[in-house]
Amino acid sequence: MPVIWILLIVLALAAVGYVLGRRRAYASAEGEIRKLHSLPAYYGYNAAMLTAVPAFFVIAIWLIAQPILIDARIGALIPDSAISESSTRGLVMSDVRRVAEGLDKLVAAGSLTDEETHNLHIETTDIRELLGSVGTALGSDVAPEVLSAAQDYRVLSGAASLGMTILAFVAAIGGLYYSLKQTNKDFRARNTVESMVLSLLVVASTIAILTTAGIVLSMLFETRNFFSQYNWADFYFGTTWSPSFSGRGGSSQLGLLPLLWGTLYISVIALLVAVPIGLYAAIYLSEYAGPKMRSAAKPLIEILAGIPTIVYGLFALITVGPMLRDYFAQPLGLGESASSVMTAGIVMGVMLIPFVSSLSDDIINAVPQSLRDGSLGLGATKSETIRQVVVPAALPGIVGAVLLAASRAIGETMIVVMGAGAAARLDLNPFEAMTTVTVKIVSQLTGDTDFSSPETLVAFALGLTLFVITLGLNIVALAIVRKYREQYE
Amino acid sequence: MSDATPQAPRKSSSLLSVDTQTQKRNSAENRFKNYGLIAVMAGLLALVILLTSILNNGLSSFQQSFVTIEVELPEAKLDKSGTRDLTVMSKVTTFGYAPLLTAAMQAVIEENGVEIEGLTKKEIGGFVSKDSAAQLRDFVLANPEVVGTTQSFTFLANGRIDGYYKGRVTAASAELDKNVSPAQLQLADALLDAGVLTNGFNTGFFTKGDASGQRPEAAGLGVAILGSLYMMIVVLCLALPIGVAASIYLEEFAAKNRFTDLIEVNIANLAAVPSIVFGILGLAIFINFAGLPQSAPIVGGLVLTLMTLPTIIIATRASLKSVPPSIRQAALGIGASKMQSVFHHVLPLAAPGILTGTIIGLAQALGETAPLLLIGMVAFVKEFPGAPPEGFFDPASALPVQVFNWTQRSDPAFVERASGAIIVLLVFLILMNAIAVLLRRRFERRW
Repeated sequence: MPVIWILLIVLALAAVGYVLGRRRAYASAEGEIRKLHSLPAYYGYNAAMLTAVPAFFVIAIWLIAQPILIDARIGALIPDSAISESSTRGLVMSDVRRVAEGLDKLVAAGSLTDEETHNLHIETTDIRELLGSVGTALGSDVAPEVLSAAQDYRVLSGAASLGMTILAFVAAIGGLYYSLKQTNKDFRARNTVESMVLSLLVVASTIAILTTAGIVLSMLFETRNFFSQYNWADFYFGTTWSPSFSGRGGSSQLGLLPLLWGTLYISVIALLVAVPIGLYAAIYLSEYAGPKMRSAAKPLIEILAGIPTIVYGLFALITVGPMLRDYFAQPLGLGESASSVMTAGIVMGVMLIPFVSSLSDDIINAVPQSLRDGSLGLGATKSETIRQVVVPAALPGIVGAVLLAASRAIGETMIVVMGAGAAARLDLNPFEAMTTVTVKIVSQLTGDTDFSSPETLVAFALGLTLFVITLGLNIVALAIVRKYREQYE
Repeated sequence: MSDATPQAPRKSSSLLSVDTQTQKRNSAENRFKNYGLIAVMAGLLALVILLTSILNNGLSSFQQSFVTIEVELPEAKLDKSGTRDLTVMSKVTTFGYAPLLTAAMQAVIEENGVEIEGLTKKEIGGFVSKDSAAQLRDFVLANPEVVGTTQSFTFLANGRIDGYYKGRVTAASAELDKNVSPAQLQLADALLDAGVLTNGFNTGFFTKGDASGQRPEAAGLGVAILGSLYMMIVVLCLALPIGVAASIYLEEFAAKNRFTDLIEVNIANLAAVPSIVFGILGLAIFINFAGLPQSAPIVGGLVLTLMTLPTIIIATRASLKSVPPSIRQAALGIGASKMQSVFHHVLPLAAPGILTGTIIGLAQALGETAPLLLIGMVAFVKEFPGAPPEGFFDPASALPVQVFNWTQRSDPAFVERASGAIIVLLVFLILMNAIAVLLRRRFERRW
């Protein structure tokens, strides 16, 4: 039975539970609400929640566990002899899944009965052609081991989903029965329901922790796999990035430094664009501009923050890149490439302007008016007040804002993918194409990936490095901003 | 001190005349103010250049050249058996239909008396899109009774002919281009005069799926829009309830302890984690570990949910915080439980703020590209995904990813398509943000 149907039936049962629980509470109080401990609806909620929540948990856990257990079981059944030189157990398993899926389709299309799928033999039928007729294309003929594994796979997953259906319904009906049995006029239904709701709220708020844990664990696990195949020192201190495409490992050189250099170079240029413009704009808007100008210009600049990065990427690719090449790089003889550090840096800088300006705006506004008044009273001009009193007072906060912008710049992907190029090099020429950590994560993980080769796994090590750098910057920046805010409160 | 030391002649100064130092300070003041103004202008200028560049490149993608011709559908070629049996008819591939198109084009050229020197038969056949043969075949297979008759069809013109009317292709560039010849451009002008070739609104851009690199004129955003819609549904259904539940707990119930601090720190950091890291998470957990299919809207939706959660939580907490404590106290005072005061009073009052935050979070998710690249949504998808819920597991594309995909193709016509797709994306974003602003204006309460 498809999961969606199970969910719908459980929901229907919960609705029935609501009606029954309410009615039962009424009946036990002989129709007088005053005699009930809680409002009647709470008896209904209690029954509905006890019906639906455990069943949903069963389904969720089962759906996560089932493929893992079945894969492990079937994977163990495939003899080593069935795995050819150029293949891995994982690839054979995906063949098995495809064959099983194709058999399912054949049964659904009515061209085979369930019985017949168990009696298929490699000698008597052309499995590949049979599966091809329902749109499951296979790269090669089906090996007998794969076919038998696929048959087992179907049996197991059939049994498992039957098991899930039964268990989910048992949980739902058991919960319904138990809750109805509890229901009588003295049952503290509101308190029970409220504590259940509270625990659901707690579960929802732990998702943030689970996400972080998921990010860290998934990257740590694959990074460990990577370092078991590739020396960590060569990765962190290597100055050449040249993954091989044909061979497995061996000839690949996966040095982080050129990527890190490209990332930092582009980020520095972006900050050189964004920090002066953003900071001066924030100062002007908060200290000089009249209310009309402020209410018009501020939202317009903040539109820049709402534009998706892919738009900036396209802007870099079709406008900024060719323009820089035609007017600067080629006349100056600095390079021929439209994608360059400069292109990506300038466009990224534009993206960061609103980020710097709105953060600095908040911080400048938080400087107490008394400081300004004191300085103006001593005869300083407005600009002297800003330069010598307001900005120094806001400096820690501004540094925090710049650090946050830097972490944004380092983690930015689409602009550099489309504007910076793909060549990893250690160079000073800003009109040369260079590449970044994020670009290489994208290029190593898209297309045909083989999760046993270091060329693919390196992306996880890069991701972990990126995560650690941005996390560090964020923590420092947030600590500075927070400490500064407390100063004037 | 009585000695009157000879004094240097006193510098005469007056409040009415400005001395050099004051002049310096005033001009420094003006300079500083102008720097600020220049910075604001630079920001606004960047916005204007960005938008005009996209509009300039993309607006033409909403227009398209069409060719309307009569095509004869001979039974001898399309259905030799004469039985209209679909299995037999489907054996005729698009290569069998292409000559019919060439013949129809030749007929229309003769009919209008167009004579162009050096126009080969191949060039006549290549005048319409490479997609036309498939279009013709699909029509015939869907309506077998038309075999043996002559029908009028509207086909897309070849991408280069289309580009000719958008200024991308000229007679000079056609000389060097192996996909189009100057003779074809002359033919286009002649057919335009004859009314066979028309330039009209490109509805196919919104309804068609992606097309291969050879036929940019047939590429559309249909699959991408549907895929984005599916992902937004997933994000809305998951991120809104989870985000609101988490915020209610943190804002109204959580005691100040280590556990709460841990959650708070996590949320603050997740909001600042680079989006590509979420893509790595999606690839490792949802695809490799849980075995969900690649390119599926469900996986994209899950990844974007995790990304959007911090935004929604931060917005929801802010709007819960802005409900004054007197509301809670009044509810508690007349005997409501804590839970009742929150769900019956605080939450409804905070709802407009929560909705606004959710819409802004969704708009962010709609434009996100990088994590979707890693979970395989960049693959070439021509077929529409099925209806929900199964459709959530079918391969689909997404608007921003489709843009990226098109920029990677060699034909410059795809750059125009990509800019057009960006315009569509921006229109969606503007709509969503406008709704958020309207909601805020309409329902915002000042306490």
